[in-house]
Amino acid sequence: MGMTITEKILASHAGKDYVEPGEIVDARLDLTLANDITAPLSLEEFDKVGAAGVFDPEKVVFVLDHFTPNKDIPSAENCKKIREFSKNYGITHVYDGGACGIEHALLPEQGLVVPGDVIIGADSHTCTYGALGAFSTGVGSTDLTYGMVTGRNWFKVPESIKFVCTGKWQQWVTGKDLILHIIGMIGVDGALYAAMEYGGDAIAGLSMDSRFAVANMAIEAGAKNGIFPVDEKTMAYVKDRGRRPHVVFESDKDAEYRQVFEIDISALGLKVACPSLPSNVKDAEAVAGTRVDQVVIGSCTNGRIEDLAMAAEILKDRKVASDTRCIIIPATPSIYLEAMKKGYLEAFVEAGCIVSPPTCGPCLGGHMGILAKGERAVATTNRNFVGRMGHPESEVYLAGPAVAAATAIKGTIAHPMEVK
Amino acid sequence: MKLQGRVWKFGDNIDTDVIIPAKYLASTDPKVLGAHCMEPLDPDFAGKVRKGDIIVGGFNFGCGSSREHAPIAISALGIPLIIAKSFARIFYRNAFNKGLALLEADVFDEIEEGAEIDVDISTGIIRWKEREIKAKPIPPFMVELINAGGLINYLKKQLEEIK
Ligand code: SF4
Repeated sequence: MGMTITEKILASHAGKDYVEPGEIVDARLDLTLANDITAPLSLEEFDKVGAAGVFDPEKVVFVLDHFTPNKDIPSAENCKKIREFSKNYGITHVYDGGACGIEHALLPEQGLVVPGDVIIGADSHTCTYGALGAFSTGVGSTDLTYGMVTGRNWFKVPESIKFVCTGKWQQWVTGKDLILHIIGMIGVDGALYAAMEYGGDAIAGLSMDSRFAVANMAIEAGAKNGIFPVDEKTMAYVKDRGRRPHVVFESDKDAEYRQVFEIDISALGLKVACPSLPSNVKDAEAVAGTRVDQVVIGSCTNGRIEDLAMAAEILKDRKVASDTRCIIIPATPSIYLEAMKKGYLEAFVEAGCIVSPPTCGPCLGGHMGILAKGERAVATTNRNFVGRMGHPESEVYLAGPAVAAATAIKGTIAHPMEVK
Repeated sequence: MKLQGRVWKFGDNIDTDVIIPAKYLASTDPKVLGAHCMEPLDPDFAGKVRKGDIIVGGFNFGCGSSREHAPIAISALGIPLIIAKSFARIFYRNAFNKGLALLEADVFDEIEEGAEIDVDISTGIIRWKEREIKAKPIPPFMVELINAGGLINYLKKQLEEIK
């Protein structure tokens, strides 16, 4: 029996030739990640076990991205603890201050993730790195501590679900629309415990930024990981960045899948996930006209350069609607710099947008754009649960950058064609 | 292990943002987290719950973020067990790692809010009124972890053996 890419990566890290779904394996880790919310709990657990250190100070990463620049005293104390721990144990990759970016945009960009890796992160969107043909998944702080100390952790080998995407991409349509479409189709537990694997000729036409967005939201379908085949685009992305040697794995032709879905990309339009579940997906046209108080363009899903380019193209020489606020959050310092050099930031500020430093900020209702009771936002983020961005009676609509930017101009949910 | 408790019902897709909203995540103190548990759904929940009460949920309980603050907040209120139709995977691992027991059983539509139920965690038998339902068995690997006293104790033992 053949194996899927996910099975092969797990087998290789467990020192086995063959694994099958359901099997529990003890696998070697290539990297562990925690942020300023999850690391403090991990460090408390670390203190309890009495370990001499971490398994490899170069493979333990901390990113202080959620409540930074620190929003209050407790969050500042948490960051201070992480800095002290990192100094004590010689942790090399601590992203803080001006080096900080949103973790799941930052790690691939910094070359800390390469194809064939097994990675755990104490953050549910760690599944993002599957875009590079790696196995990566979110865990809690205690599991992370175990990984930080031993360089290993246990995994139940997931069943795989395949999404075969064929056809040509329409204008403005990105990976975000694809993943929203899929979650709308299979539901928020449609891939519970499973691997979501992508294939088909339309994948070659998908940029790396879009692939990250697709893999990012695997967790919103309940999946353990999302994973893409490695192709020329992946190799071009890793070539100048990768800090470690990589291994390319490929699903066998006779690999077994729990389900296979065929998706006609030519028929895929712009999508919006309505409150308060990522699976409550409608065509953008169907919700057009809904009044919006705030637009957020950023996050680990859609805060990359391609997203900002698309938003800038729409917002350039236009104005944000007078009763609407538009917050733009470049995901990392490099993206910020590139957006500055390309004139996107200028276009945003001139349009009346607020440009924030790289941070998770309002995505999780942390800071930098919290919603009041009854307010409504369109965000390029990944979750629209009750109260996610502020008051329990506020609402979040999820969309890609084109719908978000058009919405900022109209003040109501809009298709980009309405403003172009 | 045998438990007896009063039931609080929460439906499908109870996510970690409602179990403990992000604005409280700067704290790791179980008391603070417990005080705001389920706040967006029921602002008085923490005040009404008694030690030993049991949560009964629908599909995909604990979906969303990996925050371990979620099982910590629930445990802090003295809730020892959640029974749901299914659990999100990160929450499932976190709960066991933190000593909060989970059972998968389809009882949501049958058990009423406030009902007193008896549960034997080792056999998975859930009893109320004249009814009895057996939950899905906890995977053997999880049982091993529980018997070792949770993941951190398991790790402690490993490290002591190396020494
Ligand atoms: S941007 Fe949002 S989803 Fe992504 S890591 Fe930050 S809080 Fe989580």
